[in-house]
Amino acid sequence: MKIDTRSVGDISVLDCSGKITLGEGTMAIRNTVREVLKNGGKKIVLNLADVNYIDSSGIGELVSSYTTVTNQGGHLKLLNLTKKIQELLAITKLLTVFQVYDTEKSAIESF
Amino acid sequence: MIKSTDRIEIRIGSALEYLDLVQTLTDCITDFMGFDEDTAHWIGMSVRESVTNAIQHGNKLDQSKRVDIRFEVAPDQLDISVRDQGTGFQVERLPNPLDAENLLKPSGRGIFYIRSFMDEVEFIPHVEGGMEVHMVKKVSSNQAVKETEI
Repeated sequence: MKIDTRSVGDISVLDCSGKITLGEGTMAIRNTVREVLKNGGKKIVLNLADVNYIDSSGIGELVSSYTTVTNQGGHLKLLNLTKKIQELLAITKLLTVFQVYDTEKSAIESF
Repeated sequence: MIKSTDRIEIRIGSALEYLDLVQTLTDCITDFMGFDEDTAHWIGMSVRESVTNAIQHGNKLDQSKRVDIRFEVAPDQLDISVRDQGTGFQVERLPNPLDAENLLKPSGRGIFYIRSFMDEVEFIPHVEGGMEVHMVKKVSSNQAVKETEI
């Protein structure tokens, strides 16, 4: 699991790649999102294009990150869901929770 | 074609580091049986979720306890059992992750996913103690089955 953080204006885009599974993967997401919040970032885009595997703990971490950011007055949005992540979010009704975008441009412009 | 039923069994310690090993074995078995890529992915995830639950919630990461994983490979289906050495649980008491009050909870979706992706799922208290999850995935008739001789 690897996360590269870059800024587009006041928006933090987190490019995630690899596996988001219980342990290293979920901790990486948690720590990176916390770091962005600690540095005053309130607008976060999680780019999941290169996530090749996610388990229920990974889905749980996306939910946890969403609530953490929202509770601190910020916004967390998802970009480039893979077909499998989309299916996992859909069957657990989480597509009704997250704002999801297919292009970075549309995600950035949504803030 | 697979013509008989064969059993593959492994026993692991209660360490999450074994999850990738179990996943790799599952992927090999589903590939061998000729499941398509998507079905194989969901079977692999179901096994991973079951073993994670067995290690974390069943055995409570107690290194002295084991998890037994058994694959029964048959011409028409893959039958998988995952057994822990914990005290068991009542599956009907698990909260529904789709209920509004649970939607934003960070955990509690694993068993829901297993039930979504496998054809049959049972949770059985084992006669010798521990909890056993029994899952079946059928080889669908329209699926390209590898011409594999055992």
